[in-house]
Amino acid sequence: MNSQRDKTPLLRVDGLEKRFDLDRGILESLKFKNGKLAIETRAVHAVNTISFEVEKGDALCVVGESGCGKSTIARMIAGLLSPSGGAIHYDGARIDTLRGKALLPLRKKLQMIFQNPYASLNPRMTIAQTLAEPLRYHNPGQSKGELQDKAISVMKSVGVDPAWGARYPHELSGGQRQRIAIARALTVDPEFIVADEPISALDVSIQAQVLNLMLEMQETHGLTYLFITHDLSVVEHFGTKVIVLYLGSICEMADTRTLFEAPKHPYTKALLSAVPQLKENQRSHIRLQGEIPTPINLPSGCPFRTRCPIANTRCAQEKPQPLQQADGSVVACHAVEEERLGALNPA
Amino acid sequence: MSLLSVRDLTVKFGSRTGPVTALNGISFDLARGERLGIVGESGAGKSITGFALMNLLSKPGYIDGGQILFEGEDVAQMSPRDVRAMRGDRMAMIFQDPMVTLNPVLTIGQQMIETLKAHRKLSTQEARQIALVKLKEVYIPSPQDRLDQYPHELSGGMRQRIIIAMALLLDPKLIIADEPTTALDVTIQADIMALLLEMCQSNQVGLILITHDLGVVSQVTERTMVMYAGRIIESGPTRSIINDPQHPYTQGLINALPQQTPPGQRLKQIPGTMPTLATMPKGCPFHTRCALVGEGCMTHVPSINQFGSSFVACHEVHRLQNEVPAEDVS
Ligand SMILES: Nc1ncnc2c1ncn2[C@@H]1O[C@H](COP(=O)(O)OP(=O)(O)OP(=O)(O)O)[C@@H](O)[C@H]1O
Ligand SMILES: Nc1ncnc2c1ncn2[C@@H]1O[C@H](COP(=O)(O)OP(=O)(O)OP(=O)(O)O)[C@@H](O)[C@H]1O
Ligand code: SF4
Ligand SMILES: [Mg+2]
Ligand SMILES: [Mg+2]
Repeated sequence: MNSQRDKTPLLRVDGLEKRFDLDRGILESLKFKNGKLAIETRAVHAVNTISFEVEKGDALCVVGESGCGKSTIARMIAGLLSPSGGAIHYDGARIDTLRGKALLPLRKKLQMIFQNPYASLNPRMTIAQTLAEPLRYHNPGQSKGELQDKAISVMKSVGVDPAWGARYPHELSGGQRQRIAIARALTVDPEFIVADEPISALDVSIQAQVLNLMLEMQETHGLTYLFITHDLSVVEHFGTKVIVLYLGSICEMADTRTLFEAPKHPYTKALLSAVPQLKENQRSHIRLQGEIPTPINLPSGCPFRTRCPIANTRCAQEKPQPLQQADGSVVACHAVEEERLGALNPA
Repeated sequence: MSLLSVRDLTVKFGSRTGPVTALNGISFDLARGERLGIVGESGAGKSITGFALMNLLSKPGYIDGGQILFEGEDVAQMSPRDVRAMRGDRMAMIFQDPMVTLNPVLTIGQQMIETLKAHRKLSTQEARQIALVKLKEVYIPSPQDRLDQYPHELSGGMRQRIIIAMALLLDPKLIIADEPTTALDVTIQADIMALLLEMCQSNQVGLILITHDLGVVSQVTERTMVMYAGRIIESGPTRSIINDPQHPYTQGLINALPQQTPPGQRLKQIPGTMPTLATMPKGCPFHTRCALVGEGCMTHVPSINQFGSSFVACHEVHRLQNEVPAEDVS
């Protein structure tokens, strides 16, 4: 029984779904269907039956093209958005049904960092005030002096001069602001950080500073990350596991090394072949033709089949289920199951 | 004669406290059909360089000195009328956001025909035919239908393809592309870059590609210029810049990439940030972040000198050469 308990993942996501309804007025969505009047609601199917687990100490990266549902997943896990279906468990307890005050203990353990540090910092608050706010909120009993000491120690740990405390966000550079946003997330000693493209808006040299900070925090604070990015070189460097998302569904999920050494899903292969290489002259990439679908009208069958170079009739009829492969990766593709990937070659 | 010859270009911005210098003594040449990359951190002056070459700077920015010889004519001295005639015709620009160029209330066809007729004596029918050919060249599916569609009816990747078709409309000699794929997904970015490369190669069009993605530069360009704080600090063959960078900043930029460090280890970060125009230090603009800084660096701006196959602006570049790389010590 006890060993069973040890295996509880820190985060478990089961059949997670999110739909955003588009039509609000009933009159607009009344439609004639088979000669009858029916209410039809159009919806964005942003996230479709997704399941995965995050173990303590993992840095799980989620990659995929714009609009594939990355931020929606992050916001559901952080409790900022309620799922349309499925369940999220944190440390064995269900969290997606929590509301209001019941969320407070979770907020302390699980913090979110956003892409745009400027938008997520209040422009009218000094850095010191920004850092003190979550501390006060989560530690109502502590004295002003204790809170201040804590804020100063967090600032130091992220390489921020405590003298900056009196500054406002607009007086800092992008990288400095993102470090403050990370510092704010760390003030309450979280266990789990959901980071939605935390370095995408930053220059290479500043990206390195922030990424190093996150690696360091992982070691010193034993943090677990869910890290959203579209930069595959960052995934390869930072991630222990990767989820490749396409149109709200998981195509492939694997240990980082496995994914980069032996990608299997046609979309993963196309994605990896398209990353511009720094040193070698590149072989040409796998070209994806065909309509780019929208999450409002999901294609039948496999979500990738409208652009997949090796789709067949089964792909148009039946949605491929995630299946475990010999090397431990999980892949949702009929062609992989049928072992007919050979046809996939760069143009 | 080179296609483009820029000499000592200086651009300033007027401000309440007096003018600040955004570009400082930029000089370079571009041969016919040559592809040049401009890289550097945000605020280095890449876009301002592109705008200046097209004579597109708007207040409070202005060209304060230098020459921009394009096919022998100085763009900096041209009358507004000649500049308008040149733009879009012999020299075209592609921006990150296609909607900067596209008019949302006109169809793709109307915009292409309008541009053609503004520069050439053509009937609408003839112009439409040329537009159709150009759309086919950039592999737009069902080009006939696209001519009658509005920009918002197309995907981001498709719009950027249309922009490339429009840039090629009048068979320009030079295309300046400012982060043309930054807003696009990786798979679509690769398609667009491959297309741009093919178009420039097959039509002998010169390309100035502005980007912060060293991978893209490496795959598309023959030569690269690295900018820092409004100056060129290194330029040379792209292969040399990437495989054997000379300037400490270029080295820092390349070494900071995640690919350059084994997974999970600390990345080699460049400390600090680039100075702003208002807080430009004396001497070498990089000295505040440079590990090699010597005394001269704090007082004198280094001139740019040939070093191997590249040109480098650094007082200490010789020291860098003599240092044994750490991994060779065993
Ligand atoms: N509040 C909302 N109402 C309606 N649709 C929404 C809403 N939020 C997100 N969507 C849609 O859901 C889909 C997934 O969006 P999401 O922001 O999760 O994508 P993403 O993968 O984070 O993309 P990006 O890389 O551009 O940030 C998109 O089609 C988006 O337009
Ligand atoms: N209208 C303006 N007034 C004052 N300064 C300006 C103006 N436009 C640009 N600058 C300054 O000129 C410098 C160069 O800007 P530029 O846009 O060329 O940078 P860039 O290298 O293209 O950066 P990015 O990668 O962010 O696009 C910056 O310091 C910028 O702040
Ligand atoms: S299931 Fe079919 S359409 Fe989907 S990725 Fe595999 S081969 Fe392509
Ligand atoms: Mg997002
Ligand atoms: Mg720019």
